[in-house]
Order: sequence, then structure tokens, then C-alpha cells
Amino acid sequence: MSTQRIPKVEAPATGRDLGYKTFTMGKFRFERDEYFAHIYYPLGRHIIPIDAFLRSLMRDVAWGFFYGTVNFDNVLGTVNHYGTVDLFMGLCNAAYRNANRAYLETFDSKDLKKVFDGILDDWTNEGFDPFAAPDETGLPYGRKRGSNTRAVTRQRVVANRMVGLPGDTGYRSDATGHPVNRQFKDVPQDAPEVHAEPGFEGEVHAFNLFGYLSRSDVTWNPSVCSVVKDSLMCPTTEEHILPIFHGNDRVEWFIQACDEIIWDIEDGSSGKPRAKVVMKAGDVAAMPADIRHKGYSPKRSMLLVWENNDGLLPGRYSRGELKPYPVEF
Amino acid sequence: MTDYRTVFGSLNSYEKGGVEVIDDNPKYYVFSNVFEVASKSKPYEKVAVGKNLRYVIEALRAEGTSPWFAAAHDEAALVMDGEIEVHLIKPDEPLVPEGKEGSIRLDREPKGQKMGWIKARRGHMALLPKGAAYQFRSPKPGVLLIQTIQGDYTLERWADICQTA
Repeated sequence: MSTQRIPKVEAPATGRDLGYKTFTMGKFRFERDEYFAHIYYPLGRHIIPIDAFLRSLMRDVAWGFFYGTVNFDNVLGTVNHYGTVDLFMGLCNAAYRNANRAYLETFDSKDLKKVFDGILDDWTNEGFDPFAAPDETGLPYGRKRGSNTRAVTRQRVVANRMVGLPGDTGYRSDATGHPVNRQFKDVPQDAPEVHAEPGFEGEVHAFNLFGYLSRSDVTWNPSVCSVVKDSLMCPTTEEHILPIFHGNDRVEWFIQACDEIIWDIEDGSSGKPRAKVVMKAGDVAAMPADIRHKGYSPKRSMLLVWENNDGLLPGRYSRGELKPYPVEF
Repeated sequence: MTDYRTVFGSLNSYEKGGVEVIDDNPKYYVFSNVFEVASKSKPYEKVAVGKNLRYVIEALRAEGTSPWFAAAHDEAALVMDGEIEVHLIKPDEPLVPEGKEGSIRLDREPKGQKMGWIKARRGHMALLPKGAAYQFRSPKPGVLLIQTIQGDYTLERWADICQTA
């Protein structure tokens, strides 16, 4: 990879006061106007539609920079090193790299998150929820108009063992502010029958996972619902488009629980198209460790994202100790 | 207002997607369908449909009464089709050595204290707690997914179940 580091930002500001704050991190500067996020960096300026930018930023923040690479588009993104994070332009874009236009800086994760939190809170207008599907939220455009702090500070659900166990993360209900989503009204809400003998109430346990998912108020936001050591089942509800291209640093797996998602698969480093994966109810597919993917869900659907949380894996894959695909046959 | 219809799969009705290759090997995606796998399995065979190093997702055709199983770690069972009972026993003596990975199959019902039972339908997830013995009962064919670790009884049939071209 070829990158350049230039010591000083000289790019001009957008020059109009629309009520939004400007944010800087290292030699990056973030500004917004009515329609766009403007990202200035030592080698130039990049522009992203504000709705796409906020939706991508929301996932990056909520996931704690997630596993691997979060590509906001084919230029801007982050790479998680689990303690530090690279903020880059053109790193995963062969043309940028070949033209020596790629640029990155590395920050402490908590420092970059603080800036990203600030951008999200200041740039998200009242009525716009970057976690919601476009059909169920307002518009982000125009001058600064209030805020939506509640929406952008939702905490990702992370069960220690399984949703609903005593002391673990709780259920969703109307009372917790999680009504059944408009596209899941036909999903049964019945609870399993649980007949625990005295003394085993905390061990004999089951819950309605699909009902739980039908009440999710966010899209494209995997939450940990069951845990077997480092094996994390992270179901999520999907509608419209995954805002980012997620670049894997390990193999992850998808199990389609209902409806359909179409995935565009590209090479994780160059962005070269590799495949489309069409997943319907009951389909299972691996996402290799060297790809990036973006999903399209025409109807709200349920996806079981299955992760291996072993912290040694990114290093083992990057050193070539493990093949990027999970099974040989 | 539009009426949305959520499409789930079942043993009797499922539609499979697939990998449309542009410049890649479809085998890398290890693409299968749990209903198709279960439709070709014997009752309670534990066929891996996902593998992430030591961890697996097993697809089981639930039909009739299963053997008793036990594991030294938690497992999770998700019903994808049917109505399935899970019966749990706390054995008097540990059945699985600490550190043993994956589930083991028991020859008979273990001696111990009945913990209780669960009746689960599609979309319900049940805990198979560490150290407990468990048995599935399903009068009609159903499908289970088990989140677990690869064990002695995990079957790998990738060439039979996955898209290869």
C-alpha cells in the first residue's frame, strides 16, 4: 500500500454558516451543508451525501468500529485494530493507492469515537433517524434543525449468555418502546412454553427470537443474542441498503431467517467485484475474510449474523496463517 | 397501507438462493440451505452448515425422540420449523469432561434431577445449558439449528450440501 502524509490541511471551508459545527481529527476536517458531508484531508476533499454519511457513521459508532473495515463509500472508511483505529481515504481503492492518493491516520479508538459521536449528534436533525429505514424516518437535509440525540445514542444489545436470562439483556415489548415493526405485523409473538422445575428457573430458558427481532427499531445493526464462548449469534433486521461496505478481517457467516437479501461482494482490498449472493429463508453463506459486502433487503428481513469473536483472528488471517475461506471441500 | 407478508421457510416449502459468481469460486461461500439439508438428513444427525474454526452451526432434522445429548459448555437451539420439545436433566455426575468441546451422545437417559422442559416453535430459541443433558421430541418433522462447538458427532458433508459451481 502506498500512502502520503502531508503535515497541514489547507483546504477551504464550505464557507456558509448553516448552524452545524465543524469537526477536526488529526488532519481530517468534517463539515456539512444542506446536502453533503465534506471531508477535507491533506490530499484533497471528498464529498458524501449527508444521508448516506450519517447512516454509515451511525453504524461505525454503534458497532465500536465493528470487525475489520467500515467503508462509508469507496473512498472514506475506518479499519478497527481493537484499541486503535485507522481513518482513511482511498485505502481500499486500487486507483487511489496506485495514484498515491491514499491517506490514513491512526487514532485511539476512544478519541475518534468521541469526534464521531459529536458529528452524529450535531449533524442529525430532528426527525431523522440514521438507524431507521428511509421509509420510516424523516429527511436529514437543510439547515440545522434541532437534534435527535435519543436516536443516535442507542446502545447496541450485547447479551452475555442469552437474551432474557436473569441478569442478562432483556426482552423488547410495547412497554420498552419496541412495537412490532410495520413490516413484521404477521410475525407470531407467542412465547415458548417453559416448564422449569423449582430451582432451575434460571437455566430452563427459551424466548421468541423472531418476535424479539420483529420489534427491533433499528436496521443493519447486529446485536449479540446468544453466546457460546467466542461464538456470537448476532441477529439483525435489515431493510433497504446496508449503508456501508463491510470489509471482513475474519470469516463471518450469514443465516437468512426470513425474506431475502441480495449481497454485492467485492474484493476487500481493491473493490473489484467478485460475486453476488442471493439469500432466501433458510440459506446459509460464509463471507470470506478477504472480501467486503453490501446488502440490499427489499422487504424488512431477519438476518442471523454469526461471528467468531476470537481477538487473535485478524492477525492470523492477515499473516496468512488461515485461509480466507472457512471450509475446503 | 400495504400488507407485508414475511416469508419463512420450512421443510415443505423453501426457495433457495445462490451464489452468482463474477470472478470467484462459489465454494468459498459454503452456500447451503438448512431446510434442504434437513430434508436429506436422518433424524437428529448433526450436520454442520456453518463452521468458523472450532465453532459450528449444526442443522438437525427433528423427528421423533432424539438420543440424549450433553455438552460441557452452553449451546443454543433455534427452531426453524415445527414444534419441538426440549427436555432437560441435571445429571447426578458430570457426563462430559470439563474442556471437552461439542456435544456427546448418551446411550440412555442419565440419572439425575429433572430440570424441566420447553415447547418451542418456529423462531423460538432455547438454552441448552452447560452440564445438562437434553433430549428433543418432535412428533412431526421439524428443523433445529444448534449453535455449538464442533464435536465427535458433528457431520461435515460440505460437498453434498453446498453449491459447488
